[in-house]
Amino acid sequence: MTDLAGPASGRPPRRPFSIRTQTGFTATAIICFFLLYAPLLPLVVYSFNAGDSLANFEGLSWRWYLSAWENEWVQDASIRSLILAATASFLSTVLATMAALGTTRTRPYTGLTAIYAMINQPLMVPEIVTAVALLILFASIKAATDYHGLAYLIIAHTAFCIPFAYLPIRARLEGMDLSLETAAADLYATPWKAFQRVTLPLLWPGILAGAMLAFVISLDDVVITEFVKSSGQDTLPTYMLGQLRRVITPEVNAISSVLLAISVLVVTIFFFLNRKMR
Amino acid sequence: MTALSQTPSSERAAGNEAPGALAEAARRAEVRKNLLLTTPALIVLFCAASGPLLIMLVYSFLKAGNYGGVEWSISSDGWANVLLHRDIFDDTLSIADAHLTIFWRSVKLSIMTTLVALILGFPTAYFIATRPAESRNLWLFLITVPFWTNLLIRTFAIMEVIRNQGLINTALMAMGMIEEPLQILFTDVAIMLGMTYVYLPLMVLPIYASMEKFDFRLVEAGYDLYATRYRVLRRIILPLVKPGIVAGSILVFIPSLGAYVTPRILGGGKNMMLGNLISLQFGQGRNWPLGAALSLTLLAVVMAALLVYVRSIGKSESGRD
Repeated sequence: MTDLAGPASGRPPRRPFSIRTQTGFTATAIICFFLLYAPLLPLVVYSFNAGDSLANFEGLSWRWYLSAWENEWVQDASIRSLILAATASFLSTVLATMAALGTTRTRPYTGLTAIYAMINQPLMVPEIVTAVALLILFASIKAATDYHGLAYLIIAHTAFCIPFAYLPIRARLEGMDLSLETAAADLYATPWKAFQRVTLPLLWPGILAGAMLAFVISLDDVVITEFVKSSGQDTLPTYMLGQLRRVITPEVNAISSVLLAISVLVVTIFFFLNRKMR
Repeated sequence: MTALSQTPSSERAAGNEAPGALAEAARRAEVRKNLLLTTPALIVLFCAASGPLLIMLVYSFLKAGNYGGVEWSISSDGWANVLLHRDIFDDTLSIADAHLTIFWRSVKLSIMTTLVALILGFPTAYFIATRPAESRNLWLFLITVPFWTNLLIRTFAIMEVIRNQGLINTALMAMGMIEEPLQILFTDVAIMLGMTYVYLPLMVLPIYASMEKFDFRLVEAGYDLYATRYRVLRRIILPLVKPGIVAGSILVFIPSLGAYVTPRILGGGKNMMLGNLISLQFGQGRNWPLGAALSLTLLAVVMAALLVYVRSIGKSESGRD
């Protein structure tokens, strides 16, 4: 397609301008990219501030990273965030893999549309609505059982991570045809053996991609966590939300920068994994 | 979010065709296996996504408890309070102005956010789609990264930039353009800026997806017929990319309407949006039935927007045949 505008197609160049250009579009796009990244720059820069404020930069230091590292609340919230994200992404990936196997490469059956709707529900219903609905449900369970542990957060996070884990796994499965599994069956492999030796290794990149997305989504969640958590059960994002109401020190910038780095890292790996899959 | 654009397509038929009853039995076994595989995920989703919505529906028809929670007697107060306000002293009903203001602000800011995101996002998607294939992925990556980074952090970043001692005000004052810092933070404009910043990738990605397959020979044909650049854009490109524009607009509008974190941080206590009003009922407001009714109202509007979207897809698909 690119040769249409240029002389490479063997024809003489017919137009003095590129047919793809629209006035002002490139400029707008550049501004747009700039706007997306520019606000993050001061955030990261001030996390290295030697001074106390977010207004004057008084030189480079690791001071606020150290102070965040030594802050007991931050330690507690970070550990909880990691446990939660690891558990929820593991569970949701297992459930999503099974669901993807049960909904792809098959003849349409009754209820399939309803199943899709249920799996995608967390993507369509506003988070605040799910959050308060969970608050209503869990408040009565908490009152009835007197259990205030992490299980509420785990089940809530698992549920909204399912669609994020499901999408890449399903996409991967749809690109695989059944001939290899059929071949395995022809060679007297049991269905389980065929799954273990054929389907699973082929599906692995999709599963990994799904698990990573689920991990990031769980790690970043604010709204649902804020409404489901019991008191003293802060995760890193809800801890930060609480801090934003007080006088903000560059410590919040330091925590943000670390979280930012984790997200960028995971997304970069995901991106390359995805490209390799194609 | 991409799930929205997927149609539950009929997948390739599985297995071999055996005649008659045998095929029927095999088919039934397959469906049973599929349901068995899907059920665990559906149970979790029912417990922590669909089920709670049903409970909320019940709660919206109950009486508010004095200290939060509910009393188990049926009442329509929750729904009535969405629009009406009952005076505590003389029990007279009046229109709840505060709620109407918040509804209006939510809708207005969501529409403005969608428009600004469209104005910025469409040229950006066009720009990415017209890059050579090798660099296109890099640009796409640059759009996707902010999308996957923490919304709270991005909102915090915007807050840092626009606050009174922030970058914009410091720069403007240093240049002598203003004497006093501009109060941007804690205004409607701040909320809109924040939401546009946070949801912009949701506009770019679907428009890009529909641009990607665009056939530029059509544009060439337009120029052959002496169309101007603007006319090519309006009569050829825009109509063909419309499904992407609709999808992007819906994807920005829906989370904007239900936004909670961005207005809470950038709007301060006063400039609430619907999400904050809902949350208030479960906190200081102590009116759970009203909170439930407001949530379901928000959900209804979102579903209506989704329905418009699904219909517009159906139309553009049947139009192509």
